[in-house]
Amino acid sequence: MDGVHDLGGKQGFGRVQHRPDAAVFHAEWEKRVNALYGLAVRHGVFNMDEYRHAIERMDPRHYVRAGYYERVLTGLATLCVEKGVITLAELEARAGGPFPLARLLGPGRSNAPKRCSHGPGDKVRVVAQHVSGHVRMPGYIRGKLGVVISVSPVYPFPDAHAHGIPAEDEPTYDVRFHSRELWPDAAEDALVHVGVFESYLERAE
Amino acid sequence: MAPKIDAAPIVAALPQRADAIETALVSRGITSVKAVDEGVHLADELWLPERGARVVAKAWVDPAFRARLLANGKFAVAELGIEMPAHHRHLVVLENTNDVHNVICCTLCSCTALTVIGLPPDWYKDLEYRSRIVRESRSVLREMGLDLPAAMEIRVWDTTADTRYMVLPLRPEGTEGWTEARLAALVTKDAMIGVSRVSAS
Repeated sequence: MDGVHDLGGKQGFGRVQHRPDAAVFHAEWEKRVNALYGLAVRHGVFNMDEYRHAIERMDPRHYVRAGYYERVLTGLATLCVEKGVITLAELEARAGGPFPLARLLGPGRSNAPKRCSHGPGDKVRVVAQHVSGHVRMPGYIRGKLGVVISVSPVYPFPDAHAHGIPAEDEPTYDVRFHSRELWPDAAEDALVHVGVFESYLERAE
Repeated sequence: MAPKIDAAPIVAALPQRADAIETALVSRGITSVKAVDEGVHLADELWLPERGARVVAKAWVDPAFRARLLANGKFAVAELGIEMPAHHRHLVVLENTNDVHNVICCTLCSCTALTVIGLPPDWYKDLEYRSRIVRESRSVLREMGLDLPAAMEIRVWDTTADTRYMVLPLRPEGTEGWTEARLAALVTKDAMIGVSRVSAS
């Protein structure tokens, strides 16, 4: 989905608020929420792709305003409600007030019907597709040319796995793009490496 | 006179929302307070950058280990007793050289090799780093205190699949003959993300 979470290359953001030895957590509830989502995954309530997609489905205003662990909390609660583990009414009663959740979007999709495998050195183009469900192709590589550097082990296809759709696991490729290919005339020189699922790629001549 | 209390807040406060989901999941038997406590303990006590620092220091002093680490990071860190979650099927270790500087990010969310280099710091998860590091890496690194020579090639690694990355920083000069433990004490989470150098001072 072309969501607000897809931040790579978006302009207008200011300085990174960086401090050496920056804190990971700022409150006890953040630690507990971080543990809870992992336990829910381990218990089989949802998988990691469903979890990432639930966070992406947050209202954009909520997403931008929320800190990281509020996003984790919202994704966790959304999936527990959608899967029927708990009702929103019960959550709001326990919390003593409204509990904003993410909204349903989609649909998902299975692997690309025609996939071809690639090897190091192959020139590839990212397919120029727009997907309304979960997708792990950042918008900034859509339609762009890159070179395969290496191949990773197969992973569940996120576009399907986030939506309970059957699909084959597929390889991901470490694809190298030049920043000038990604943002012609409007980027600093660098090589940008992205882990790209096979379904998102086609061979480029 | 007691202050007038507003009716309902716009949304419940975060600690209350977090407590609501925890108590609800505990009431369903999906988890227990003890299991959550253990999860908190893992994040506080185990998933720390000191683990990745041991990996880096060993790679600096042991060329055979360094070769294994670069060939298959997940197998190599397991030699040091460092586990990775099942869904992190691959760890790619990115070696900095005098000509190439690597830096990692996750523009879509905030993925990291958290059991190796520690949980990501807050700035890594913020919108500024995620939007800018892929497009303005040299400026962002400079703003963060790392001014790279113009000739240094920058490689940015966006964690978009479940392969994980860590940077193997350059060993600082003046550390010849140091023990692994002394070297490991120099290595920071920032250096393994690639936003700082390791320095001997």
